[in-house]
Amino acid sequence: MARDPSTLRYAETHEWVDVQEDGGDKIATIGISAFAVEQLNDLVYMDLPEVGRQLEIGEEFGEVESVKAVSPLYSPVAGEVVEVHSDLPDNLDNLNEDAFDFGWILKVKLSADLPESLMDYAAYQKQCSEAG
Amino acid sequence: MTTSSTNDPVGTPSAPADCLQTPLDAWHRQAGAKMVPFAGYSMPIQYEGIVAEHQACRTKAALFDVSHMGRLRFDGDHAAEFLDHVLTRRVTDMAPGQVRYGMVCNADGGILDDVLVSFLQTPSERRFHLLVVNASNREKILKWFEPHLADFPTVTMSDRTELTAMIAIQGPKAVEICKRLFTIDPSRLKNYSALVTDQFSKPVIVSRTGYTGEDGLELIVRAEEAPRIWENVLLAGREVGFVPAGLGARDTLRMEAGMPLYGHELDETIDPITAGLKFGCNLKDRHFIGEEALRMIAEQGPTRRRIGLLPQGKRPAREGCPVLNADGETIGQVTSGGPSPTLGVPIAMAIVDAKHAEDVTFQIDIRGKTVEALPTKLPFYKRPAVAK
Repeated sequence: MARDPSTLRYAETHEWVDVQEDGGDKIATIGISAFAVEQLNDLVYMDLPEVGRQLEIGEEFGEVESVKAVSPLYSPVAGEVVEVHSDLPDNLDNLNEDAFDFGWILKVKLSADLPESLMDYAAYQKQCSEAG
Repeated sequence: MTTSSTNDPVGTPSAPADCLQTPLDAWHRQAGAKMVPFAGYSMPIQYEGIVAEHQACRTKAALFDVSHMGRLRFDGDHAAEFLDHVLTRRVTDMAPGQVRYGMVCNADGGILDDVLVSFLQTPSERRFHLLVVNASNREKILKWFEPHLADFPTVTMSDRTELTAMIAIQGPKAVEICKRLFTIDPSRLKNYSALVTDQFSKPVIVSRTGYTGEDGLELIVRAEEAPRIWENVLLAGREVGFVPAGLGARDTLRMEAGMPLYGHELDETIDPITAGLKFGCNLKDRHFIGEEALRMIAEQGPTRRRIGLLPQGKRPAREGCPVLNADGETIGQVTSGGPSPTLGVPIAMAIVDAKHAEDVTFQIDIRGKTVEALPTKLPFYKRPAVAK
């Protein structure tokens, strides 16, 4: 089922988070928003973390590059990386069409609650409209 | 993520209010360009996207607003002698209509700017020289010239930058389409030549020059005429795919063409020989500022050299990344780097210790991860020869 952007939580740094229960664990799927993809434009490279890595909230876990710019990716959650989307770096063009489904970057088994600072869709849209 | 940049001229997302505006500023904003501050001006970095604009320039043609570049006019007897004294290139033997690439150097041979000098003649046969300088260096060059001009009292220097606009039309179809608009036939202009003509009922300087590796023209027009001329050219070229292009594409195009950019491959600590621009220096039988130092560097060989590198893999190396030799020792750094839209692989220019410039393998430290890089001749891209 397609992921609905209006149900996700967003970091100020444009990562989205989708939390699902899986066998008693809370698994956060993380990507970057369609707004961020549009702002970056002409993506050429993405660096993904290793499975098993422990991430803290706000920790840099990789980077995405456009023709002109390098942008670090920050973890909006704390936990262990349990899966990375290894097809993504070779298919970055698809992010333009599908930032919320095909465009997921990594899955993290949460070790703590989501931070309060994550925005809902309305708040994130407001941030984007002010930036754009 | 944050949308920070590591490679000029992409910068902060919106231009501060105190930036200068080119005569085409309103057009850019109306067209939805992303504007950024660059060298004191608010400039379009891109419209639809850097790669699309880059490819349009390589296959059709693209229009660039380069009005931020400085335009300095020199009139009076001995203007050629003055320029001969401050430029690495001989000016006194130029015929009307010629354009030359050269540099302004300090006494140590460090590059204060790289410039195009044109010797022009108006339809009423008035002759003058025009120097196109980098936007970021205009004030510096004006100040540098002032004391030297004092030795040439018959020469006057006037800064024409804000009275005029400059439009670059670059790409394989540029000249052909411009034929339809111009009363002159621009295809009869040889490379690196220019003329003053009445186009669009106003005086225009047309030159067969550019900074993209493509064939093309650069126009200098009165500021108030710029929007009309810009739109006329775009309209004439619409059916073959002319597009406006921003500084982002201009940078990837010049990088592929192996052209140095001031502040990256060139600065006051780099001399023309280190930068691989010996062709832009006439050392024989001349005396100019920096000539003694350059002669010595040419004889002894530079200690550093500009080279081209192909980082292996998909990850682009960016300006400032350390360049290492096969043993892992730092021998220089990347001066410009990024993906090449035409070649589909990352490219980089670097300045390295001269004794390693001929090495067969290099490594580049891209933010903590080392990748192999292979040397390659510059330019990375050369436009196909056109059968005559």
